[in-house]
Amino acid sequence: MKKLAFNFFPSLIGILAVFGIWALVSAQFAPDLPSPAKTWEESKPYVLAPFEKRGEMDQGILRMASYSLWRVAKGYALALLIGTPLGFCLGLSPLFFRMFDPVIQILRPISPLAWLPLGLVLFRQSEPAAHFTIALCSMWPTVVNTMTGVRSIPQDYHNVAAVLRLSPWKRLTKVLIPATLPYMFTGFRLSLGLAWLVIVACEMLTGTPGVGGFLWQEYNSLIYSHILLSILTIGLIGYGLDRLMGLAESRLRIA
Amino acid sequence: MKRPIIFSSLTKTDGAVAVVKDFNASILPGQFVSLLGHSGCGKSTVLSILAGLQEASSGGIIIDGREIDGPALSRAIVFQSPSLLPWLTALENVRLAYAQANPKSSARSQRDAAQQYLNMVGIGDYAHSLPSELSQGTQQRVSIARAFSLEPRILLLDEPFGMLDSITRLELQDLLLDLWEQQRKTVVLVTHDIDEAIYLSDRILLMTDGPEAKLGRDLTVPLPRPRDRRMATDDPAYFQLRREVIGFLVSHTRQFAAV
Repeated sequence: MKKLAFNFFPSLIGILAVFGIWALVSAQFAPDLPSPAKTWEESKPYVLAPFEKRGEMDQGILRMASYSLWRVAKGYALALLIGTPLGFCLGLSPLFFRMFDPVIQILRPISPLAWLPLGLVLFRQSEPAAHFTIALCSMWPTVVNTMTGVRSIPQDYHNVAAVLRLSPWKRLTKVLIPATLPYMFTGFRLSLGLAWLVIVACEMLTGTPGVGGFLWQEYNSLIYSHILLSILTIGLIGYGLDRLMGLAESRLRIA
Repeated sequence: MKRPIIFSSLTKTDGAVAVVKDFNASILPGQFVSLLGHSGCGKSTVLSILAGLQEASSGGIIIDGREIDGPALSRAIVFQSPSLLPWLTALENVRLAYAQANPKSSARSQRDAAQQYLNMVGIGDYAHSLPSELSQGTQQRVSIARAFSLEPRILLLDEPFGMLDSITRLELQDLLLDLWEQQRKTVVLVTHDIDEAIYLSDRILLMTDGPEAKLGRDLTVPLPRPRDRRMATDDPAYFQLRREVIGFLVSHTRQFAAV
């Protein structure tokens, strides 16, 4: 109980402080910024009926979020499917590393806003273009962490695999993957954070339904409170995803 | 048919430095031989080449008339650190090795065999513990069980008791001696513990200091078997041998310091 009080109350005070500043700014300095109360008032139909569908771009906030989550899930899955084996190859083969490390270092800092048009050119449709963009932007932490994990496998384990003459498959499943798993999961967690970050940009540019698309549409319709609603939703979902991955990660560390 | 292990002008260079140079020796089947020398003299390098984990720069090692290239299940090794896979239980660690030596056995018989090997080293009760839950000494027992589960003809031991406290070390030396009495495998033990070498081996190969380490003296241990700890305090042959070994190591340290 004491521990709860110790952890919970400071967080609550922090959140209230931000709401306070928000209210102050909207009342004193930025008349176009809706106050917390007004935001709540205008967001009610979206929050209280979160799965309602009234039109293409007029849907409950969780319904919108579910579109975004599904889109992220696909792009993220693609990122892991490509990024994990790539990380293994980079970690295991110095030749492969020398070949592709420069390419990766160049691709890594490219913004989603740059990839999306290329995706649209390649696929001619917004959905695959969005998946392409999410995958390309979010896979790097998985690639780099998996590579680091493979490289930091102690020589002892390599020696054991060698003297037991493990087949490549057994070496992978019994030694390399278990030894790398904690690093891989750190990469997965960072990648998921990035994937969620990218989704908003993708939806804004393509105008597809989702939290990001909703945010952009409401900006164009001058309903600013819904921008704030979208921002809060994005933040809360991102936080939730990170906590989930953190839980999975801590399980692994114990094992 | 049983022929000795022959080290023929074994040389290993690391950059410009020859760690081991022209190491010549031969080991008979069933012998328990210790490689003894100062830390860093290159004795572990010799063992590592014998295990197939490193390649000789020139010369080589011949077993059964053929030069070794790479590791083989017939040459099992116990490392200084237990080197168990931490995500597998003691039983699974042993089973992984047993399955390599017996690829056609059923899952059931692999588990039974692994359990037998753990019983053999006296830790059957810890079969389902993860390495992190076991003491260093117990982990090293698992590692010994893993090596024996390969049913190797040659057992290589790379300072296997170096990280253990002295009482656990004595226990494991006696365990090893018991297993050797029963199975009479060829054993090559790398150590820097003089008493350990005398107590366990038939022969002690003393190595000169590196770089360019080679065979310095080849001593036969004249103590009868089975061995007994009291020999260390009671047997004049033990003192005599100990004096010879220490004399060699000291004179080579002087030589080294004088250069």
